[in-house]
Amino acid sequence: MATAPSDHDTDCSEGRPAGALGWIGARLPVVGAFTREYVRFPMPRSLNVLWTVGAMLTVALALMLLSGLALALHYTPSAAGAFASIEEIERRVPGGWLLRSMHMTGASLFVGALYLHLFRGLYYGSYKAPRELLWLVGMTLFAMVLATAFAGYVLPWGQMSYWGADVAGKAIAAVPGVGPVLERMFLGGDHPGDGTLHRLFVLHFTLAFAVLGVVGMHIAALHVSGPGTPSGRPPAGPSETLPFHPYFTAKDGLALVVFALAFAAVMFFLPSLIVEPANYRPANPMRTPPNIEPEWYLLPFYGVLQSVPSKLGGLLASVGSILVLFAAPWLDVSPLRSARERPVYRAGMAALVVAFILLGMAGARHVQGVWLYVGQAATLYYFVHFLVLMPLISRREIAAAKRAP
Amino acid sequence: MNRPSFLRGVASAAIVAALLSPTSSLAAKGEHDPSPKRAWSFDGPLGHFDLASVQRGYAVYAQVCSNCHGMEHVHFGDLRGMGLNDHQAEAVAESHTVPDGAEGKTRPATLDDAFPTPPVAQGLTPGAVIPPDQSRLAVVYPGGPDRIYALLTGYGPPPAGVTEAKDTFYNRFALGRTIAMPPPLHDGSVVYADGTQATLDQEAQDVTTFLAWVAQPHLDERRRVGVRVTLYLLFLGCLLFILKRRVWSNVH
Repeated sequence: MATAPSDHDTDCSEGRPAGALGWIGARLPVVGAFTREYVRFPMPRSLNVLWTVGAMLTVALALMLLSGLALALHYTPSAAGAFASIEEIERRVPGGWLLRSMHMTGASLFVGALYLHLFRGLYYGSYKAPRELLWLVGMTLFAMVLATAFAGYVLPWGQMSYWGADVAGKAIAAVPGVGPVLERMFLGGDHPGDGTLHRLFVLHFTLAFAVLGVVGMHIAALHVSGPGTPSGRPPAGPSETLPFHPYFTAKDGLALVVFALAFAAVMFFLPSLIVEPANYRPANPMRTPPNIEPEWYLLPFYGVLQSVPSKLGGLLASVGSILVLFAAPWLDVSPLRSARERPVYRAGMAALVVAFILLGMAGARHVQGVWLYVGQAATLYYFVHFLVLMPLISRREIAAAKRAP
Repeated sequence: MNRPSFLRGVASAAIVAALLSPTSSLAAKGEHDPSPKRAWSFDGPLGHFDLASVQRGYAVYAQVCSNCHGMEHVHFGDLRGMGLNDHQAEAVAESHTVPDGAEGKTRPATLDDAFPTPPVAQGLTPGAVIPPDQSRLAVVYPGGPDRIYALLTGYGPPPAGVTEAKDTFYNRFALGRTIAMPPPLHDGSVVYADGTQATLDQEAQDVTTFLAWVAQPHLDERRRVGVRVTLYLLFLGCLLFILKRRVWSNVH
C-alpha cells in the first residue's frame, strides 16, 4: 500500500503525492479535489473579516449535529416523557448538561452568525451573477435552518415549547380553505401533543441532516464562482489572489477561535442571554402564559406576523419577508455590486438593518401601543426596500453607467 | 436578544399567582414590594455554592418544605452533588417510602428514586392550592433567589385597613401581597446537625441556597469547565494570531 506504482504518477499532471495518499488518490477523487479546492484554491486577497463567518457556520453546524445526535440518544419524543427526559439529561446523564447547553448556545449563535452571513451577502451584492444559484441555495438553507430551530425549540416540551407550537398551528390554520386540515396535519391532532412531538422530532432530525447536504451544494457552488470581494470587482489576476492554504486556513482558524471564545462566554458564564426560564416549566395545556414568544432569532418575523391586522395577511407577510430575499438577484440588476460604491443602496441597507431590529423589538412587545406603528412602519420599509428601492436604485445606476461609459 | 426580564417576570408571575393565590382578583393587580438584592455565594460568573449552606438548606427542605412541596425531577442519588457520600445519600433515601407497584404497597426509596411528591402537591387535597414543584423553582420563580428569601422572611401583620381573606396570609413580597402558604419558617424550626443557630434568617438563607443549587446542580462545574476552556482558547488564540501575522507578513 505504501508504494504506489510509479507509472501512475506520470499520468497525473498535478503531481499526486506518493505513499498512502497517492494510493487512495489513484482510486478515489478525494485527494486531488481536496488539494485543488482547499490547498491551492485561489482566494481574493482583499476579503475582510466578514468572509470568515462561513467557516464559523460550518464548524457550528458540525457541533450542532454531533451534540444533537448525543442528545437524541437520551430524549423521549412523547408528551408524557419529553420534559422528564430533558431533566434526566440535565441532571443525571454524564456530561448531559454540557451537551445540552452546547446545543442551545449553538442554536442561537448559529442563527446569529447566519444573519451576519446574510447581511454580508446583501451588503456586498454577493447574490449577483454568476452567483444566483449560490444565493438561492443559501436562502433555502436559511429557511431550512429557521424551521429546524423552531422544531427543536418545541422538543423540550416546556411552556414556551407547547404554546409556541399552538401559535404556529393557529398561524397555519389561517390559510384559506385547507388551513384547518394543515393545522391538524402539523399538530397531529386537535392540539399540541404526542403527534406534534413525533412530527417535530422527525422534522428536526431530518432537516438537520438535509441542511448538511444543502451546505455541500452551497460550498460546491461557491467553488465554481469563487467568493465575491468587498469591492465587488473580481480579482484582476493571479497577483490579487492567494492560495487557500496557508493564508486563509490561518485567517479562518483565528476567526474560529474568536468565535469559540464568544461561544464559551455565553455557554459557561452568560447562559441567561439565551435561556428562557419559562421553558423550564413543564407544558401545561390548561394554563396559557400571558406572554408567548419565540426565540430571539424568530422575533423579527413574529413582529411582521403581528403587525398586519389580519391573520392571513400576517402569515403571508411573514412568509413573504423570507421569500422576497430569494428574489434579490432579479430585483437588483445594477451593474454595481458592492454597497461601498452605491451610496443610496448603502443608506437603504442601514435602514433595513434598523427596520429588522425594530421588528424584533416590536415582536417581543406584542406590537402593543406605539409598537404597533413601529412594527407596521418597519414591515412596510422591509418590503419597500426589496420591491421598490432595489429596482429603482438599479435603474438609476444603469442609466448612470450608460451616460458615462 | 435578551428581552427585558420584566416581561419574563410578568409571564411567570401570573402563573405563580394562579398557583399561590386563590383570590385571582387580587393577583390580577400583580403588585408586590421589590425584593432587596442579597449577596449569594453562587452570584456572578465566578461564584460557587457554599455546600455547607446547601446541606443545611436540605435539612430545612426535608423537615419543612417537603411536607407540601414535591421535587419530582430530583433523585435521591442527586444529593451526592451537594457533598454527601453514597452511604449518606442511601440513608436519606431509605428514610423515605415510595409506592411499590399497585395496591398502595410501599417500599424504602433507593438512590434511583425521585423525591416523592406529597398528596397536596399532586392535587389530591380538595380545595387546597397546589404548592409548586421545587425542582426548578429558583430558576422559574420571578425574582429568583432574592425573592424566595424575601418571601420566606416577609410575613407580617397586614397594614391597617387591609384584611386577609380566609386561609391566606399577608406577605409584602407575594404577588398581590397575599399568599396561601402559611409562614413556613420560624426561629428554631429545624435543628442543624452542624450546630449552626437555626434563626429564621439563617433557615431562609440556607433553604434558598439549597433551592438555587437543586435548580442548577451543575452550575459550579459549568463555571469551572468554562474557566479552563476560556484559558485554553485564549492561549490558542494568541498562537493563531502570531501564526496568521507570520503567514500574511509577505503579502501587503
